[in-house]
Amino acid sequence: MEHKVINSVEALLFGSGRPIRLSEIKSILENTGLSVELSEIKRAINDLEMRYEGTSLKVTEVASGYRLQIKEDHGHILSALWNEKAPRVSKALMETISIIAYKQPVTRGDIEDIRGITVSTRIIRSLLERNWIKVSGYRDVPGRPTLYVTTKDFLNDLNLKSISELPELPEIEENEEKDILSQAI
Amino acid sequence: MQHNSLAQLEIPVVMGNHLEELPDDLFIPPNALEIFLETFSGPLDLLLYLIRKDDIDILDLDISKITDQYLEYIELMDSLKFELAADYLVMAATLAEIKSRLMLPKESFEDEEEDPRAALIKRLQEYKRFKTVSEKIAILPRVDRDFFIASAKVPKLQESLLKEESEINITDLFTSVVEVLNRPNYKNSHLIDFEELSTKERIQILLDILNNKNIISFSKTLRKPEGKKGVVVTLLASLELAKDGYIELIQNKSEELFIKSVRGI
Repeated sequence: MEHKVINSVEALLFGSGRPIRLSEIKSILENTGLSVELSEIKRAINDLEMRYEGTSLKVTEVASGYRLQIKEDHGHILSALWNEKAPRVSKALMETISIIAYKQPVTRGDIEDIRGITVSTRIIRSLLERNWIKVSGYRDVPGRPTLYVTTKDFLNDLNLKSISELPELPEIEENEEKDILSQAI
Repeated sequence: MQHNSLAQLEIPVVMGNHLEELPDDLFIPPNALEIFLETFSGPLDLLLYLIRKDDIDILDLDISKITDQYLEYIELMDSLKFELAADYLVMAATLAEIKSRLMLPKESFEDEEEDPRAALIKRLQEYKRFKTVSEKIAILPRVDRDFFIASAKVPKLQESLLKEESEINITDLFTSVVEVLNRPNYKNSHLIDFEELSTKERIQILLDILNNKNIISFSKTLRKPEGKKGVVVTLLASLELAKDGYIELIQNKSEELFIKSVRGI
């Protein structure tokens, strides 16, 4: 019985190709005639983790659930296989997604204020196509600019469970106010 | 004395030495415009580069020097027939403005509480926070670049499920075609007449009613056969009258709307 649960969970992880939640696994198993508790599924995942020790696989928990991935040690082999690297991400795009991640929800104007340069439509479109950001609404000011927030897919793609796992945003390097003034010529 | 300071403006002084040529690291190879655009993500980024290059703290920003260096870059970009992004020019203007304000005699700028550089320094600091963190995020492991998702081929789905769909025989096909061909032609055109209910006319009717009664509930002015359209027209008429001050619309807790005539106007 226990064995059956573990193998069913493994089949789902392998077959889904995307993160899958414990609750989703539970309802699929129940619909196909295997009644299990969430704790049992969690235990099955722990068992799988142990089973995969010493192999190239591992189970990872990300924002949208659990998924099966290949350990990073083997990343370079697969890069060679696919022959093409993941599309290069520009500095401008990284700055934009960072501002959205830490200040969300933000408008293009907010991003421009910080970056000091117009946010190109190309960048926003590229982020929307990657499904890293989504429209969360419109700010209630004249022009009703679009508000953007980051998505779960953004966290999934960076192997993160939640936004709080992003690197900490550095504080402004504080210095004595009078220092600034004394330097003024 | 004055002559000296003017000379300094024309030939930038770096570490006490007069520079008569562009520093080597200011050199941008020709047809490297795209590299330039990729190297700097914006004017603030370029400024930070210039500041960092001299290994000085943002807070000790020497606006005069930085402005000169920044403008040299802009000139280079211009001489390379680089289609200057407007944002770079805006920054050049901002720098030039701050520099010119700093060059004013001190008394005139003592009145102002803020260092003209303060706003720029603040922006640089704020930008730097996100620039730093974005560099950290850029090196986080990323899917399909640093790690890959494992998946296995899904087994063939049960054949019994697929079989049902494929059980179409020639008779079924024939009947379907015949049925389609025999369908009535729906392309005939229709003309639908709407019964016009005029708002103007309704205004007159409402005024007539209010001549006899001072106040009447909205629902009592409606005529059943007119349906929803009647309600809409009556509401429009009442709003029109209310706007012009002929009537007042009153609604109490019972949610019933009352139309009250305003007399004496």
